[in-house]
Amino acid sequence: MVILGTRRDAPKTRGPEDSRGYRIFRVVNTIVLIGVVVVTLYPFLNIVARSLSEEAYIIAGKVSIVPRGFDLTAYKLVTSDSMFWTNYRNTVVYTVVATLISIVLTTCYAYVLSKLRLKGRGFLIGVALFTMFFSGGLIPNYVLVTSLGMKNTIWAVVIPNAISVFNLLVMKAFFESLPSELEEAAAVDGLNTYGILLRIVLPLSKAIIATMVLFYAVSFWNSWFTAFLYIDRQDLLPVTVYLRNLIAGATSAESSGAADADKIQAAATLQAVTIVLTTLPILAVYPFVQRYFVRGVMLGAVKG
Amino acid sequence: MRRDWQLYSLAILPLLFFLVFRYLPMIGNVIAFRRFRPGGSIFGEYWVGLRYFRMFFTDPTFWEVFTNTLVLGTLTLLFCFPLPIVLALLLNEVRARRFKRFVQSVSYLPHFLSIVIVAAMVMQFTSIDGTANQLVRLVGGEPVAFLQQAEWFRTIYVSSEVWQTVGWGTILYLAALTTIDEDLYEAARIDGASRLRQTWHVTLPGIRPTMVTLLILNIGSFLAVGFEKILLLYNPLTYPTADVVSTYLFRMGFQSSNFSYAAAIGLFEAVIGLVLVLSANLISRRTVGTSLW
Repeated sequence: MVILGTRRDAPKTRGPEDSRGYRIFRVVNTIVLIGVVVVTLYPFLNIVARSLSEEAYIIAGKVSIVPRGFDLTAYKLVTSDSMFWTNYRNTVVYTVVATLISIVLTTCYAYVLSKLRLKGRGFLIGVALFTMFFSGGLIPNYVLVTSLGMKNTIWAVVIPNAISVFNLLVMKAFFESLPSELEEAAAVDGLNTYGILLRIVLPLSKAIIATMVLFYAVSFWNSWFTAFLYIDRQDLLPVTVYLRNLIAGATSAESSGAADADKIQAAATLQAVTIVLTTLPILAVYPFVQRYFVRGVMLGAVKG
Repeated sequence: MRRDWQLYSLAILPLLFFLVFRYLPMIGNVIAFRRFRPGGSIFGEYWVGLRYFRMFFTDPTFWEVFTNTLVLGTLTLLFCFPLPIVLALLLNEVRARRFKRFVQSVSYLPHFLSIVIVAAMVMQFTSIDGTANQLVRLVGGEPVAFLQQAEWFRTIYVSSEVWQTVGWGTILYLAALTTIDEDLYEAARIDGASRLRQTWHVTLPGIRPTMVTLLILNIGSFLAVGFEKILLLYNPLTYPTADVVSTYLFRMGFQSSNFSYAAAIGLFEAVIGLVLVLSANLISRRTVGTSLW
């Protein structure tokens, strides 16, 4: 599957002039796409508005995308909860450590796989590829991680998903595209494999490593299930599980119907605030990193 | 030769990772055929044959959740596979670059959110005072507790999947669209083909390899329907439509502590998944000549 080619952003006018039908289509198309933008953004704006609104307005179902009865109580409540900050810090630590481990392992393996003439290369690729289509499953994984004594440690979160095969393939494709002359020249100069990787290859790979860091960091920042599964101690949880416990508490209260409406409502405002605070870092870097993601995905697709 | 050994040495840690955290669990599946004691050997105590498989094959709940999985998987495929193609084709007709970029950036955004955040947003959106019920009230209806009603779960699940994945799904198609030879359009135009016919006869065949590849991948993950999202959104009231194989397995394993039974279900699911990918790949290689490897 080869999909990278010459850039052509918008099609040139195909034909001397557009037919009437096509002109109508273009208007409808613009309206549809604006609709897509509205539908995508509305839930975000709604959450922000809810997080800033007074409870009474929310209960009355009057909050759309404009905050009603501006109120920061919920923000004060969430930010004064020390567990929220502990878990937030855990998310940062887990993300940094996991990304570091992932980058080292992925880079090493991708570099080995990119050596076309290496004996056993097909086997080494197969080892990774097969895991894309068949996995041991939840229970055996849980049994394994538990028996390794990793429960309630950072390692349960950062190790079991250390290598993403997709990222591995992206990186391998990149290394294969590097000219081999430089490495050969370095070898003649007496550098060994490690020296070549560290001093020749990696400096040429800054862009791809940056992309990989983003890929891994976002996926670790967002992950919750591994921590949910392997960590019971509240002070070791990432912030995603903090939020999950908040919404799980709200649903069980709502479905049991036992708790009073006030409590549920408070929970809803707190949810909105926690959503905003957890999403903020992603939204803040999003405009700057988006294109690296797009590039990375396309690089992976060439050799996917 | 020494150079090769240095290369192999770089592969040791990653190989160890695959061996321990990917292949060992595969072997760990033997507990599906063995009695397992928590805290005992990770490979179980003694053989019990196909006991756990017989158990779930005769378990009516299993077939219920299996049906739910098929329904949710089919609906997801039906909406989440074609919609990115449609959106990509629409974007491709936009001439104002800036507007196109803007729509793309916005539509990619939900892809970057944690599933927990998406689930929390879905809950806010469908709550009694949320946007969905504001719309219901606007047209004069009575508010509905959407997430407490089994008949709404599929709609909510599929819509949220569409919201989260369609924009990002256009990337590969948009890239494929830029590689179609402009001369083909020229030729079609000379033959008098309208815009619509150009799309049908030039654009769609041009992105067919991408479509087939993504279809194979989608079919492969057919049974793995959004386990994490369902786990976050469902509750006993919506089990009749929301409970799927993977969530049932999760409860069997972690709430009923029946590890062997859950492992048997998991193994069954994984094998079906593998068979699905392999057959989709084979069919596409035979019919359209595109395959994953």
